[in-house]
Amino acid sequence: MSMSTLTLLQQLVVLLAALVLFLSFVLLAQGRLISAIHTFAWQGALIAAVTLVVAAGGQIHHLYFSAVLTLVLKALLIPWMLHRLAVRLALERHSETLRHPALVSMAAVALVIFSYWLVLPMVAEEQTFTRNIVAISLSVVLIGFLMMVVRQQAVAQVLGFMSIENGLFLAAVSATAGMPLVVELGVAFDVLVAMVVFGVFFFQIRASIDSLDVDRLNRLTEVPEVSEVGP
Amino acid sequence: MRLLLLTLAIPAVGALTLTLVRSLRWSGWLNLLVSAATLGAALALAWSESRGQGGGGVILGMAFRIDVLNVYLVVLTAFVGLTTSIFSRPYLAHVYASGRIDLKRLRAYHGMYQTFILSMLIALTTDNLGVLWVAVEGATLATVLLVSLYRTPEAVEAAWKYFILCGVGIALALFGTVLTYFAAQHADLPAAVQAEAGLDWSLLHAHAAELDPTVMRIAFVFLLVGYGTKIGLVPMHQWLPDAHSEGPTPMSAVLSGLLLNVALYALIRFKMLVDGSLAATASPQLAGALLMGFGLVSFLVAGLFLHRQRDIKRMFSYSSIEHMGLMTFAFGLGGPLATFAALLHMLVHSLTKSAIFVTVGHATHIAGTQRIDQIRGLIRTQPGVGWTLLIGVAAIAGFPPFGVFMSEFLLLTATMQSQPWLTLALVSGLAIACAGLFRHLHPMVYGTPPAGQQPVRANLLPVLVHLLLVLWLGLAIPAFLADWLDRATHLITGIHLL
Repeated sequence: MSMSTLTLLQQLVVLLAALVLFLSFVLLAQGRLISAIHTFAWQGALIAAVTLVVAAGGQIHHLYFSAVLTLVLKALLIPWMLHRLAVRLALERHSETLRHPALVSMAAVALVIFSYWLVLPMVAEEQTFTRNIVAISLSVVLIGFLMMVVRQQAVAQVLGFMSIENGLFLAAVSATAGMPLVVELGVAFDVLVAMVVFGVFFFQIRASIDSLDVDRLNRLTEVPEVSEVGP
Repeated sequence: MRLLLLTLAIPAVGALTLTLVRSLRWSGWLNLLVSAATLGAALALAWSESRGQGGGGVILGMAFRIDVLNVYLVVLTAFVGLTTSIFSRPYLAHVYASGRIDLKRLRAYHGMYQTFILSMLIALTTDNLGVLWVAVEGATLATVLLVSLYRTPEAVEAAWKYFILCGVGIALALFGTVLTYFAAQHADLPAAVQAEAGLDWSLLHAHAAELDPTVMRIAFVFLLVGYGTKIGLVPMHQWLPDAHSEGPTPMSAVLSGLLLNVALYALIRFKMLVDGSLAATASPQLAGALLMGFGLVSFLVAGLFLHRQRDIKRMFSYSSIEHMGLMTFAFGLGGPLATFAALLHMLVHSLTKSAIFVTVGHATHIAGTQRIDQIRGLIRTQPGVGWTLLIGVAAIAGFPPFGVFMSEFLLLTATMQSQPWLTLALVSGLAIACAGLFRHLHPMVYGTPPAGQQPVRANLLPVLVHLLLVLWLGLAIPAFLADWLDRATHLITGIHLL
């Protein structure tokens, strides 16, 4: 897999995608909530940059529109909403430490290797570019999952969820030159609605368990306690 | 196409209007009226399709497709939507009177109800696989706040679980959709349509053989896990019993009766593409085998879990997982007989399960709790509710002469023909599930009612209509319906059964 066979524009896309992946790692390890939100905003900006480069490289007009949409939605609007929610929930200074940071990072590395392993047989040998991009976006998706697993805090989980969306969007833009416009608009709309619903939920969760630590949401189990049953 | 536009426009307008209506009495009736109008439009759509006026069209830049497979589910969705809205009107009045929700949430409920129906109808009729994803996700978003409608800690927890698990699961399905699009772009399609119509199912199905099998194989795994989460396949089923048991009962009825079907429908569409793509490779049955495996595991595990339940709505949501597993298995088995059985089972399961949830809603109002060990003696307190619950459970457990027996019998016959050993697993699974249901049902219906238990005002009309339809389907499938299902079977398998 030699990078020098790629055109300059493709190299630029690969570089930006690599930075997106790097930010996924940062997001995973970042304990301070506000910093994590900022990292997420930068990731969104990078995705918008990738979209712009692909649009300029292939003269694909509707991708210019997607680039603007991504920038507004992922780099500005959603981070701003999260930031505001964090302030309103008095979480500005909130930070949590991962229990096993080294282990989590190693797991993320393993996920990247797994993605490459999965993608290798899928794409023909000569398409170095597509191969790298698809593998990187799958890694971003999987690291987003990992983040949702290891974080207990509801806002951090939402960041994981949103970075999964980022990975999906990266795949759509760079491997297939963007989905049809109507689909992209639909997905963007869903993401936005999801963000609003998440916002509603933060307050509902806090009202019900007095914290946003979702590990404490453990009332519903397969077999509830018998002790509470009066004769 | 005009009829389709009407079918989609009615719930859309209804959703907007209902969020504005402030009067409780009016919003209940209006919800019912909108649902009835939707059913009327859906029936007209089905009628025109059966006269050969199916095909597709473009609305607002989105490609739609009407064929026999989705039009039958459109009618089912609109029908259950109507009967559930008949039930939900007095139910919500009761909840409102008990002070558990305020008027604002009631308005949100009615608006979301129609939005939910609308997004399911879009998911069913769209031709674009990307829009299909958007609509299924939209259905999740519309229902997630309804699950937490009562704002109890349990309800909030259930809704959060539902949101996170389904959101993450469905993200995988989007990755699968992107991979499908990737395969379509590298296939030998006419270049002009590649970009714009590259996700149109009709086009992809016509060129399925040219899609790269390696990509499609991996895409299907993602799609199976993604939409499988929504169907409630084990082990991605964790959200389902919580969401179904903590939300308001009309929601449980439409979630169990309709949403699971729509997710399964999406998976079937993709299976048809993957089957076409893998036909020439060494493992042409891969998609079917995966569906069979997941389906069988879900079926058996859910049957066992039925025995341990203490909450009546949780118990019936496990029964939904069990039946969805059975359908997934049947579609995976393939062949005309199994596919016909699966399509019939989709129909009878939706009708029976929503009828049961409506009855359960009345039962929980009588007993004032959802705990199975505190619901006692329904038949003595209110014979109507007791008997319909008994008959509904007999129907869902697969007793003749109900329709569920019919479809399960057809499925067992098909399994006997192609995979005789699996019949054993199916029969024992059915027996385990039946025992699990009746073990809990018996004391609830026949036990001694606690002192002072009072009957409630119950509207059993929707339940009776559903159960009579299921009975009718068990005794004799009407010719037009048999023909309908047969044409759908032909669409999926390429072979006519009848």
